[in-house]
Amino acid sequence: MPPILIGALIHSQLWYILPLLISICLVYGATRHELMGPILIHAARFGAWIAGFMAVLFVLLCLMSWNL
Amino acid sequence: MSEAVSSESSEVIEVDLRNQKVAALLAWLWPGGGHIYQRRYGKGVLFMTCILGTFFFGLALGGGHVVYASSWSDAGPGARPGGIKGLLSRWHFGCQACVGVPALPALVQRFRVSSGREPLFNKFMAPPSDPTPYDPQNGDDDLAVWNKQMGNAFELGTLYTVIAGLLNVLAIYDAYAGPFTAVPEEDEKKRKPQPEGT
Repeated sequence: MPPILIGALIHSQLWYILPLLISICLVYGATRHELMGPILIHAARFGAWIAGFMAVLFVLLCLMSWNL
Repeated sequence: MSEAVSSESSEVIEVDLRNQKVAALLAWLWPGGGHIYQRRYGKGVLFMTCILGTFFFGLALGGGHVVYASSWSDAGPGARPGGIKGLLSRWHFGCQACVGVPALPALVQRFRVSSGREPLFNKFMAPPSDPTPYDPQNGDDDLAVWNKQMGNAFELGTLYTVIAGLLNVLAIYDAYAGPFTAVPEEDEKKRKPQPEGT
């Protein structure tokens, strides 16, 4: 990966999504289960689903703006 | 005393919700407070950490200015900050207020400003000052100054605090009614007493 891309990734505002994603997944998981184990499993699955969904959108937007 | 049933992977757990209304009130006042009252300590700490962490991170991002109730300028010409139109003009606060006590200083600041007094603590959670009539030399348009100083951190801080409030709505529901899970049919049958002769 080119250094400029690594630098852009490090300073990207996309990182702000991370604490929000963790928080949302844990709270949502906790409203579905009572024990900590199932809460964490649910949160991990939900987080992976959201991250995947956002990654797909990210790729789509990149492709759509390829020649702009 | 109320009970809720939570179905985990292999067993059904009965949750003692104690007084549901008191638990819901405590959950609103302080995220996780209702669960700690119900002795659901793990979930209480989890809700407290996640929701308050999100709220205070957003508040810090926005320099303590992203949580405010309303102002004259938000409500438009002819509106009073003490009126309903003034309060509703800052819709974000409706979500932020769901966090409870941590957002309540904004109301104190709002009533101070609307009664003509100076806000406390260097305008922390105070509504932005009234920029009308606009005077660029005076520089009293707080909202414009905050947006210029913080850039998109102001919007990010608003987003974080709004989402923290909405997450606490889920926590309040959980304190009131227990986990939102469907109990498997077999478990539900086991819980109900079977009529005689069947």
